[in-house]
Amino acid sequence: MEIAQAKNPAVASSGNASYFKRSPLDWLAAVLLIGGGLFAFDRYAHFMDGYEQAILIAAIPTFIALAWAWGGLRNLLAGAAVLALAGIALYDADLARAEQAFFLKYFLSSQTAIGWMCFLFFLSTAAYWLGLLARSDFAEKTGMALSWAAVLMGTTGMLVRWYESYLIGTDIGHIPISNLYEVFVLFCLITALLYLHYERRYNTRKLGAFVLIVISAAVAFTLWYSFSRDAHEIQPLVPALQSYWMKIHVPANFIGYGAFSLAAMIGVAWLLAERGILATRLPALAVMEDVMYKAIAIGFAFFTVATILGALWAAEAWGTYWQWDPKETWALIVWLNYAAWLHLRLTKGLRGAILSWWAVIGLLVTTFAFLGVNMFLSGLHSYGAL
Amino acid sequence: MRFAVSLLTVLSIASVIGTVLKQNEPYNSYLNQFGQFWFPVFEALGLYSVYHASWFLAILAFLVASTSLCIIRQAPGMVKEMKSFRTGAREASLRQFAHKHMTQTALPRSEAAQQVSHYLATQGYKSRSKEQADGLLLAAKAGSWNRMGYLLAHSAIVLICVGGLLDGDLPLKLEMMLGAKQVTSLDKPFGEIGAESRLGPEHWSYRGNVFLPEGKRSNIAVLNVKDGALLQELPFSITLKKFHIEHYSTGMPKRFASDVVITDLQTGAETERTIEVNKPFEYRGVSLYQASFEDGGSKLQLKAHSLLPGSTRISDAQGEVGGNLQLKQGEETLQVEITGFRPFNIENMAQPSESEKNTLAMLNHALGSGAKAPDSKDMKNVGPSFSYKVRDAAGQAREYNNYMVPIEQDGRRFFMTGMRETQADGFRYLRLPADEDDKLDTWLAVRAILTTPGEHALIARRFAAKAMSGRGVSDTMRTRLADTAERTLQLFAESGFEGLGAFIKDSVPENEREKAADVFVRVLQGCTWEAWQLQRERKKLKPLQLTTERADFVRDTVNSISDSFHYGAPAYLALDQFEEVKASVIQATRSPGKAGVYLGCALLVAGVFFMLYVRERRLFVLLKDSGEVLIALSSNRKTMDTDTEFARHQEALESLLNHGNRTS
Ligand code: HEM
Repeated sequence: MEIAQAKNPAVASSGNASYFKRSPLDWLAAVLLIGGGLFAFDRYAHFMDGYEQAILIAAIPTFIALAWAWGGLRNLLAGAAVLALAGIALYDADLARAEQAFFLKYFLSSQTAIGWMCFLFFLSTAAYWLGLLARSDFAEKTGMALSWAAVLMGTTGMLVRWYESYLIGTDIGHIPISNLYEVFVLFCLITALLYLHYERRYNTRKLGAFVLIVISAAVAFTLWYSFSRDAHEIQPLVPALQSYWMKIHVPANFIGYGAFSLAAMIGVAWLLAERGILATRLPALAVMEDVMYKAIAIGFAFFTVATILGALWAAEAWGTYWQWDPKETWALIVWLNYAAWLHLRLTKGLRGAILSWWAVIGLLVTTFAFLGVNMFLSGLHSYGAL
Repeated sequence: MRFAVSLLTVLSIASVIGTVLKQNEPYNSYLNQFGQFWFPVFEALGLYSVYHASWFLAILAFLVASTSLCIIRQAPGMVKEMKSFRTGAREASLRQFAHKHMTQTALPRSEAAQQVSHYLATQGYKSRSKEQADGLLLAAKAGSWNRMGYLLAHSAIVLICVGGLLDGDLPLKLEMMLGAKQVTSLDKPFGEIGAESRLGPEHWSYRGNVFLPEGKRSNIAVLNVKDGALLQELPFSITLKKFHIEHYSTGMPKRFASDVVITDLQTGAETERTIEVNKPFEYRGVSLYQASFEDGGSKLQLKAHSLLPGSTRISDAQGEVGGNLQLKQGEETLQVEITGFRPFNIENMAQPSESEKNTLAMLNHALGSGAKAPDSKDMKNVGPSFSYKVRDAAGQAREYNNYMVPIEQDGRRFFMTGMRETQADGFRYLRLPADEDDKLDTWLAVRAILTTPGEHALIARRFAAKAMSGRGVSDTMRTRLADTAERTLQLFAESGFEGLGAFIKDSVPENEREKAADVFVRVLQGCTWEAWQLQRERKKLKPLQLTTERADFVRDTVNSISDSFHYGAPAYLALDQFEEVKASVIQATRSPGKAGVYLGCALLVAGVFFMLYVRERRLFVLLKDSGEVLIALSSNRKTMDTDTEFARHQEALESLLNHGNRTS
């Protein structure tokens, strides 16, 4: 009876009223975000132009909504804010302190923080695999915790890097999403967050082992790239990159890339499970299919937006919204590829092997669009060119 | 539908080609790449401009056609779907649903119906009820916009493609096929190019470059078409007042901007603007962009120092970047083509320090801030430089790159002049030591003396005298040394160290060559010092004390003279003065299809979000007179959300209908 009552939807689903029934933490987050946002506005608005002020203001409700929608994200925001501010305080407007102050050198300076991120992602990968193979719930929980920690350090690193760029020179400072090294870190963060989101939505931690592989690969590349090429050096923005479009185009793109890679890894898991490998350890095929679809859907949506933003930017920077530059073209190819995937799934209601294979191959195409083009094909996106 | 997928796949594959093969290069570069046989084949296939090839456009057209067809086929049905509640659904068919549940209710039908429809409303469903043979059917639906999404996304595709095709070169292609227009190779001034290669301002859509030296005006945009070009007349003229380049301390470009005046050719109205990268300007439907920049024909004052043996001849010459000039050197005349000028060069002057290999050091290097360790780079502006080609009688061209002022290297200062045989290889630099007043004069004078056969005897004697002064040495010994020195000078004056090397090889036994070689070198350096002193005497300057700096200068002089035998030109061109003229390349585009494309983009985004994030769901509740209740749910998206949602509704409705009468 009570049960019946409790389950009575008339109570449970009185939609919007309950949206504001929030835990104290949620309200604290909201208050801090509003406070911080307004403080920043009051203090720095006169250094900003219209766009920037609008973005700052719009960021407040956006982050509140995100924080409320997902407690984990809320805690991440809080943690990153604290660490980043600590880093900034320690720097005290002097780059040299990165070498002197202990906490900066070994913890909070951007390179170190990102180094920690790399390390933690590797650990997390190991933990998830242990959990999967040993059927250890504890190991999987550890994997999750490590992933969160990695994301926290990575986010901190990016925020501090942003600050450092201004210490090099006020004309050099810019948001760190402008070169391959920076976007690789971004990629790791986004992919991890997407995964953690699905982990929560489908409450299964069994896919972490697979998703973390792709993240670890990205991390390995980042490390190689920074050791062998000093890629982590903060570079000023060449004129073509001095644009608002960049600041939304790039993140949108990487939500796409991240989601597609995630889908591909789940495709791999699916194909293994179907052949009876790890089958008893992995989630049900149907669940994996569903996650794969969800990932590709969100990836596709954002990739569509990103490609369009790219076109708008190109129209401003190069004088035409589309000119079949290799990067553009490959973005289109990626887009078409997943449009085809969605056709198969949505219109034919197709499932299983074909879609999994398609998602896996999709990752190859995506990787080429994201890396191969910059490496092997010349074009306007090979930055530095005017 | 399969067909849609194959279409998408075909399009992707076709697109790849153009990314692998560099597009719209000059035709002869393709000719070199593919050779006589394949070049025409690939041309016929349109591979040099895939995305404008007829077959590619055909694919796009096909895509547009099929998508439109698809829309037309589906739209009416979909709209009907959106509207209808399927109140006619029969129990039998409801029982076929994947999600269905049979239950009971004791409530009177009317109340049950009222309860249920209230519930459906709270769940965001619109519902209708219909009396059926054996009961009342409540048919509800939600998320109908999903279908709208399909229509939006697909009409967007059509809109975007059509807009794009309009802005593409399709109209122009037609004109050219009809022979109305022919491309020109821009071999003559614009004025002399005839109407057959010109496009009027009314021309529908175009994208071309306007080349504007500072202070000049133009109303012509050059469109590159196939292996030639067409001239696009603009409805206004652009005058470049000034072109700005700013750099970061690292030498990376920071800002490119053109101050222009735009003069309307009809009204004569003038508009002043600054066009920057990422800050274009639109005028009369034509958008103007900062595309790139070039040298606009900077004026250079040159001094040609003859490098012929013994010659000290200096001739003045004026040149202009992009222009040619003749240089008389002895009996031959050099064809000099001035190819470029840079008002400054920012170079990394830091000595490459071999980075520590041990991992700890590497790790340490990777820690800390994202700013680079300041010591590792040392960016300096090393001043102006200019480049030119020297063509010999055979038409063979060598390219040179000379710096205007001396550049510091390991503590000494050199005039750098680079030479290369082909574009492919980098410049090999000849380092001419600057003298104590930072000039090249001493080097030139000393070189002249050393390469004058007439002077050798004298220098050799003076050298021998100095070398064996004082202590009672016999004249014979002194003369023997003098002879050796003279011979050395002769060999050196003919072909530098090479000559000496060859001589040593066939006159000195293997095991003594080393020793012999550095004897020769010391002799040479001694003689060079003497030549220097001699030259000062003649200029009535007092002799110098030998210091380490001067010893260095002597050594560098000997080395550079030896190297200069491979310089490949009989003269060294020094930049004396310059007057820079910059030129900006402004891109002019007219793309009337843009509006359509942007609208399409908006629709596409909306459509995709509806299609992916709005699930169309239909919930049926059949209240049978018998008290039985059939609950069924259908959705056009088979995701787990549907399962969970059905479970939720089922439970809710059940507890709703069985409210209060649980027999436990
Ligand atoms: C270049 C892009 C696209 C092309 C050329 C294209 C083409 C087509 C074609 C030809 C059909 C078959 C219609 C029929 O046979 O009746 C179709 C159906 C469909 N397309 Fe697309 N489409 C494109 C993009 C998209 C996108 C981006 C989505 C979704 C994210 C999408 C979702 C669908 C759906 C759901 C259907 C089936 C509609 C139905 O039968 O209910 N399409 N598309």
